[in-house]
Amino acid sequence: MKFNIYDLSSFTSSINQTLMENCSPFWAVTIEMVLVGIAILSFYAIVGLYLVYAERKVCAFMQCRVGPNRVGPYGFFQTIADLIKLLMKELIPIKNADKFLFNLAPFIVIIASFMALAAIPFAKGLHAIDFNIGIFYVMAVTSIGVIGILLAGWSSNNKYSLIGAMRSGAQIVSYELSVGLSLVTIVILSGSLQLSTIVEAQRDGWFLFTGHIPALIAFLVFLVAATAETNRGPFDLAEAESELTAGFHTEYSGIKFAFFFLAEYMNMFIVASIAATMFLGGWMPLHVGGWEAFNNIMDFVPPFFWYIGKTAVVIFIMMWFKWTFPRLRIDQLLTLEWKYLLPINLVNIIIMSFVVLMGWHF
Amino acid sequence: MTEETITGQLEEQEFSINMGPQHPSTHGVLRMILKLKGETVEEVKPQLGYIHRGIEKMCEKLTYAQTIHLTDRLDYMSAHILNEAVCLTVENALEVEIPEHIQYIRTIMDELNRIASHQLWWSAFGMDLGALTTFFYGLRDREKILDIFEETCGARLLLSYNVPGGLMFDIHPNFQKRVKEFITYFRKKLPEYDALLTGNPILQARTKGVGMLTREQAIAYGVSGPSGRGSGFSCDVRKHQPYSAYSKVGFKEILYNEGDSFARYKVRMDEMWESMSIIEQLIDNIPEGNHAVKMKAIIKLPAGEYYQRVEAARGEFGVFVVSDGNKMPYRMKFRSPNFSNLAAINTMASGQKIADLIAIGGSLDFVIPDMDR
Repeated sequence: MKFNIYDLSSFTSSINQTLMENCSPFWAVTIEMVLVGIAILSFYAIVGLYLVYAERKVCAFMQCRVGPNRVGPYGFFQTIADLIKLLMKELIPIKNADKFLFNLAPFIVIIASFMALAAIPFAKGLHAIDFNIGIFYVMAVTSIGVIGILLAGWSSNNKYSLIGAMRSGAQIVSYELSVGLSLVTIVILSGSLQLSTIVEAQRDGWFLFTGHIPALIAFLVFLVAATAETNRGPFDLAEAESELTAGFHTEYSGIKFAFFFLAEYMNMFIVASIAATMFLGGWMPLHVGGWEAFNNIMDFVPPFFWYIGKTAVVIFIMMWFKWTFPRLRIDQLLTLEWKYLLPINLVNIIIMSFVVLMGWHF
Repeated sequence: MTEETITGQLEEQEFSINMGPQHPSTHGVLRMILKLKGETVEEVKPQLGYIHRGIEKMCEKLTYAQTIHLTDRLDYMSAHILNEAVCLTVENALEVEIPEHIQYIRTIMDELNRIASHQLWWSAFGMDLGALTTFFYGLRDREKILDIFEETCGARLLLSYNVPGGLMFDIHPNFQKRVKEFITYFRKKLPEYDALLTGNPILQARTKGVGMLTREQAIAYGVSGPSGRGSGFSCDVRKHQPYSAYSKVGFKEILYNEGDSFARYKVRMDEMWESMSIIEQLIDNIPEGNHAVKMKAIIKLPAGEYYQRVEAARGEFGVFVVSDGNKMPYRMKFRSPNFSNLAAINTMASGQKIADLIAIGGSLDFVIPDMDR
């Protein structure tokens, strides 16, 4: 089995070949599916836990604190301890709640974020499914999550939850437009919906740099809208703890609460991944035209680390938002979307189309 | 009382919600029954009684020196100022002359207390609006003041440093040095507060034009302190009826005429600067003297009625004593600023969003034990 960290497709195809030689195609595909499932599930859990840890550290340093530092070196195992605590906590049954929907809601939220991971290219060849409509698929499955939030708010039999859910519904439906349109801008530039093609097209320069001003505007709009879509930062109206105690997940306890919590962090990871893939070149190293030595040094860093690094930068920016801004009000939130972001986006798409038509981009 | 009897008949599309007594943003056990139409607040009905301790009644069975320890438990954020109010009432009734040494220390402690209180308000106000980082910045600096308090009188929050006729004991030798250190430190840190929150466009959008209270309404409801001054109501007792050493220092009464949450915010921010300047004027000039005037072991007020008001961090605090010549008051009544300020919340918040109600509550700076005695 060949293992080349710079091109994992040889590794994955050799696993495929071994399985195909040793069992029937049906079993080979089944085993592959289970393997991918386990890999993504463990990745999901680890990333989720360590994003919580990262957020606690980032917010601690923004707040003149140290953050978790007791469990393990630098509190590195704090979130694992938290997870064990959450697993063992009592699941409090709610009187007069719609039991079925109440129990279903956390799963919808977590499944939506889990499905999106399937289409994200982590490194060259490290890609569960390479759809020809990859970015469209990611957009579609991430928007399923709002159904879970609405169900959670509705079935809890709690007015605070209901208000939180309705806010979340209005918010996500609105901001989905901006997220979609800013990604369309990049799709126009790249001419493809397939994520691997989009990454490949950024070999000689990330779209953020090659796409002129429209790409920059699209990136900024995407950052704002994505923060809003993940219910974070200054847009966390759905859970707004100072107003609605905990919003849609007020009544959830134990591991069901942890599902919402984990899904929130994974959604942040997913939108950061999309931002990295669409604007910052995904796993492509930073290349500057004409600087041969520099490009070679950049190529030396494995693609997976490029991808993780870019995602981490975007995640850090989103955490930065959250810990420095006050929360918007619901009408201001919708005003920002419908009066500012959406028109900017539409104009931006037209500009981008012109740029592509005239061939002004690099 | 059920919700229905309080809110009355609800119209179509209206619903009521209980905010509190357990709620993160009511700053204590305040219960507000809201009549909502979607996100819009139609009516706010505050309900008190969840932390009622009968302090005024308890005072009737305690001597004046003991009463002081109960006033701490009203507005615990301005404990020293409230202690002073009782002491001043007793001293004025007995016509005791208080030496300047004591007056100066009392005034400095008052202003330190006011800064500490405004720091906590700023921290909590940011949290109400969802900016969680402010909390830690405010508490970091407040800690310095609490350390000074601890060194001076052993307590950090409920000071009980005042006694009728003076102070419990003299200031610590380090007091002046540490206060000056704090002033230099906080003069550098206060601009950080502005950088973090004041100029933020989201904060301004959330507070400007929200929770309007005109000057007339403020006077009608008896809204005092920074909340009243944000509406242009000149009500600073330190200026209008100076007590302790306030007549010997020069300071500005901060007035803003806008009457919205942002005006109240600005008043408190500016007051911190003014408090620092008051302390600076006094700290180097504390005259020599004894820390307390010799009083009788059992203090008996001559029969009659006495009233003394002081400017607590949240507004005008008054102590009304009816004495029948005994060692215990016949009746004691406190005029607490928060109770009157709360009365205006329906006027300010109806027609606004739920999030605005929280911002308005934050800008009024509630301390619930002060409303509910």
